[in-house]
Amino acid sequence: MNQKRVILEGSHFMNGDIACAEGAIAAGCRFFAGYPITPATEIAEHLAQRMLEVGGIYVQMEDEIASMAAVIGASYAGLKAMTATSGPGFSLMQENIGLAVMTEAPCVIVDVMRGGPSTGQPTLPGQQDVMQAKWGSHGDYEIIALAPSSVQEMFNLTIEAFNLSETYRVPAIVLADEVVGHMWEKVAIPPAQKIKIVNRKKANAPSEAYAPFMPDDDLVPPMACFGEGYSFHATGLTHDEHGYPQTSSSEVQQKLVKRLCDKIRKNADKIVRVEEVLLSDADIVVVAYGIVARAALSAVRKARAEGIKAGLLRPITLWPFPENHVAKIAQQTKAIVVPEMNCGQLVREVERAAKETPVTFLSKLGEEPHTPMEIFEAIRRNS
Amino acid sequence: MRIEIRFAGFGGQGIIKSGIITATAACIYSGKNAVQTQSYGPESRGGACKSEVVISEEEIDFPKVIEPEILVVMSQHAYNEYAENVKTGGIIILDPEMVPHEKELKNVRVFKVPATKIAEELGRKIVANIAMLGAFVAITGVLDKEAVKESIKVNVPKGTEELNLKAFERGYEYGKNLLKS
Repeated sequence: MNQKRVILEGSHFMNGDIACAEGAIAAGCRFFAGYPITPATEIAEHLAQRMLEVGGIYVQMEDEIASMAAVIGASYAGLKAMTATSGPGFSLMQENIGLAVMTEAPCVIVDVMRGGPSTGQPTLPGQQDVMQAKWGSHGDYEIIALAPSSVQEMFNLTIEAFNLSETYRVPAIVLADEVVGHMWEKVAIPPAQKIKIVNRKKANAPSEAYAPFMPDDDLVPPMACFGEGYSFHATGLTHDEHGYPQTSSSEVQQKLVKRLCDKIRKNADKIVRVEEVLLSDADIVVVAYGIVARAALSAVRKARAEGIKAGLLRPITLWPFPENHVAKIAQQTKAIVVPEMNCGQLVREVERAAKETPVTFLSKLGEEPHTPMEIFEAIRRNS
Repeated sequence: MRIEIRFAGFGGQGIIKSGIITATAACIYSGKNAVQTQSYGPESRGGACKSEVVISEEEIDFPKVIEPEILVVMSQHAYNEYAENVKTGGIIILDPEMVPHEKELKNVRVFKVPATKIAEELGRKIVANIAMLGAFVAITGVLDKEAVKESIKVNVPKGTEELNLKAFERGYEYGKNLLKS
């Protein structure tokens, strides 16, 4: 099977969903299980064909609960696995996302956000699942979520999500929105050998000495997969390093849950990515992500043209939240503006990190993201 | 310079496809930056639908259309919604069969292209959007005709290229004649 032949390269004009699907293939994803839903359907549709071309597996599942379960199974069988959905499906996946966290199954979940709650506005954009991405499943845990704001980033950040997921053995979420998912733009795909691909650490201990949840110094345990000759137990119950349930030991609970959080918290500096535009002398800073960051960039440029020292801080990782970056600019700037397509989610994290610096929130719901003019007006009012 | 174009009509007319063909022509076959966004209802056919294209020599930050220079409109509903939002000095291209009732508009040039009729003469009403696209290219000159034809070839279903290109040419000729008159 000649796989290289069917991996895309060069410049293409495509939509964000398709770019995400191609990013998954470039990252080495060879298993997709999902249930189509607007505005993420094109990811499933595209992969239904492409998975077969690259020798991978595509399964249309009965629902999103099963989709997420299948993804965990495929990950434990050694494949890079992904599912894609939108709000209603993301809700259904939450329990099994918790199972992926607890069993440390590397996997990628794409949520192309539409208007909620419930079935809401299927074809319209939203940024309402930001807190759900962090807190959607029960219990304490840390997770990784990336927010693309262009079609190129739908490709790049899907690869990045796989790399981070494989590195930290944690579910990584691509938190896109309807505009980015359905928007058509140019994507430049480098030759396969120039794309950085990270694979999970493999178990190298002899089978009898292998402890499946014994971490290395980076707090991440090497992973044996089913069929590789190791015999071990993986469970959603609190477990010790050997994978066996310890449902009444405070010590094991303390150690495990803390490690699951710490492997992300203590590596946050390595995980966090932001884009900084015109921040060095900024009196007023817009913190925006996803499609809204594009309007914010336009607004910042307009403000600069009118002599207002504005800048943009764009969190690319929403989780872990780039709080050090926000804390730093908060000390240098007079005010912060946070536009979001929700009733106030990431702004809470910004406020927490900004401390005394005043933060103005700009809400927008419905068909269109903020216009550059709306954000510009907020910059002007607060500068 | 940033040029904003809005295609509007109802679902099933190929409105979104028109935007994708236009943006592909600008981006892949003309070496410009282009982005296409869309908005539609949950109905696959019949609901209000718009497709927006921004073309620029420079990097495009905000990808949505704010106040278009050009409106290509194929339904009365969309006309009512968007006709007054065209930039001063802008262009509206409409299919009079689909937009029978017009408003009094100042400072825009209106071109009437019977795209549905042209498509019916070719035997397939479904290519009306492509006839409209031909007229759009002839009237506005924002894109090279050959670039759009290349884009049509890669963006329409296999086996329908010839029919679509024919519809494009008819629309293009109609547009050229409108400019002369």
